[in-house]
Amino acid sequence: MSDVAISLRHVSKRFSQNGGPAAVGDLTLDMRRGETVVLVGPSGCGKTTTMKMINRLVEPSSGTIEVDGTDILKQNPVELRRHIGYVIQSIGLLPHRTVRDNMATVPKLVGWKEGRVEQRIDELVEIFELDRELLERYPAELSGGQRQRVGVARALAVDPPVMLMDEPFGAVDPIVRERLQDQFLHIQEELRKTIVFVTHDIDEAIKMADRIAILNKGGVVEQYAPPEEILREPANNFVKQFVGVERGLKRLALTNVSEIEVEEGPVVTSGTSSEDALKEMERFDFHWTAVVDEGELKGWVDVPSVKRVRTVSEVEPRPFSAYVTEQSTLREALDSIVTSRTHVAVVAIEGQRYKGILTLERISREILS
Amino acid sequence: MIVAQVEGAPFIQWSWVADRTDVVLAKLLEHVQLTVIAVVIGLIISFPLALWAYRHKKVYPPITVFTGLLYTIPSLALFALLVPYTGLSLETALIGLVSYTLLILVRNIVAGLDGVPADTKEAALGLGFTKRQLLWRVELPLALPVILAGIRVATVTTIGLVTVAAFIGKGGLGYFILLGFDRLFPTALLLGSVLSMAFAVVVDGLLVWTERLVTPWSRSRKLVTT
Repeated sequence: MSDVAISLRHVSKRFSQNGGPAAVGDLTLDMRRGETVVLVGPSGCGKTTTMKMINRLVEPSSGTIEVDGTDILKQNPVELRRHIGYVIQSIGLLPHRTVRDNMATVPKLVGWKEGRVEQRIDELVEIFELDRELLERYPAELSGGQRQRVGVARALAVDPPVMLMDEPFGAVDPIVRERLQDQFLHIQEELRKTIVFVTHDIDEAIKMADRIAILNKGGVVEQYAPPEEILREPANNFVKQFVGVERGLKRLALTNVSEIEVEEGPVVTSGTSSEDALKEMERFDFHWTAVVDEGELKGWVDVPSVKRVRTVSEVEPRPFSAYVTEQSTLREALDSIVTSRTHVAVVAIEGQRYKGILTLERISREILS
Repeated sequence: MIVAQVEGAPFIQWSWVADRTDVVLAKLLEHVQLTVIAVVIGLIISFPLALWAYRHKKVYPPITVFTGLLYTIPSLALFALLVPYTGLSLETALIGLVSYTLLILVRNIVAGLDGVPADTKEAALGLGFTKRQLLWRVELPLALPVILAGIRVATVTTIGLVTVAAFIGKGGLGYFILLGFDRLFPTALLLGSVLSMAFAVVVDGLLVWTERLVTPWSRSRKLVTT
């Protein structure tokens, strides 16, 4: 099997016969297997049209589209669609069918036996952490977030290798959206589907994409690259403008703390003498030090409090108001730095095990690299 | 049958009714039959017309103009016009009755189908429904409440119109109304009217109940958020 799952070659789409502007002029794009490609751009850039040509809800005017090496224009469109997952913004759950029947839609269309359908629904309930009680409900009885999850679960029902998602998290409030995005990223990590994801929101694109295609009017690809590269080296002014301000901050959001080396900071145990503790703080030119017992982060003590005692154990360490974990993004670490009085982010891994610290200098070095 | 309101006799003569229960039942049955057959034939004709209009918007105006014209013909005149061709027959009654159902049924079927949300249809096509599956499994079920509302109006209208067909001898309970009118006999007049109205109310209730039964999704339960 080749590395390319979806290949568009000189694809165009004209909706009006009499030579009006093409929705998509001449688009060539390869999408790799297991990657999430986000098509992003202003309205009228043809991103949705491009996506719909892949399952032939829109017929291309010219060009070829291959999915897994097969020319889809020579396939039966109904058969094709049954093997490509499809999620739209409004989700389009069938209002007259229960959640269970909605999820069973495609398995039944392709003729699965009842038992197999039931088994698959059980799996989907597990993957999407759905409440089993919801299965017998109608879509009107679900919250926005639940509907969205059911819609994505339904699209995955027959385990299609390719998924098309048109602003799938667009219809919910920002907090729910973030949760759904995180959950989906987590699921995708396991499933490694080839996903074509359409959005107008560059932040969503940066978050979800392995590769972003920034489209301009008429389906012109201005840049096609991983998010990090688009933020670091926008190909032209259009991309620069579309990506917007805070490119540096957005890049920080792409990197996890675990991916960079944390710094060493002052650490003492509760058994340390105050003399040694003061030396430790002096060594780093800090006026406080972390207290760690058997690897576990207890809190911090400062110079005045240590000066009054003989060993650190006589001082009750004060808890850190915030610390970051290895899964935190550098952007979150930065936030922690600028909001803490000490201007340092303390890094702890699971179970409050002390790892090190991050400073502003360390993070800005990351942006400039 | 010679009857007349006798001076001093009670306004409603229950004994007169009691003596004729077999006739009352026969006429009621005829009324039910005429109504059911007319509405069923009406549906059989309007369904393909409505589908055609739904798929090809251009034919919708001529269809509504034609069925609308039928609807405006005074019922008495329509039956009278048909008699030379089809006689004092069941067909005459049915042709008239069916004509009046068409406008209501076609309009409601088209409105019901038009009311199906576009994104639901698009999602269904995207999942791999064929056009036919889309129609039978998505569009028609979702249009059902509006279609049933049309059937209700058509049926109740037909029940009233059946009585007019009494003038050509096929009027169900209209028989009593005509009789009471001819002989100035309130008992018969009231018997026909009240039974016809009661029948209409019962059928209307049955159809409302049917609608609830076949569209369980529109009775939303409490929203649960998790």
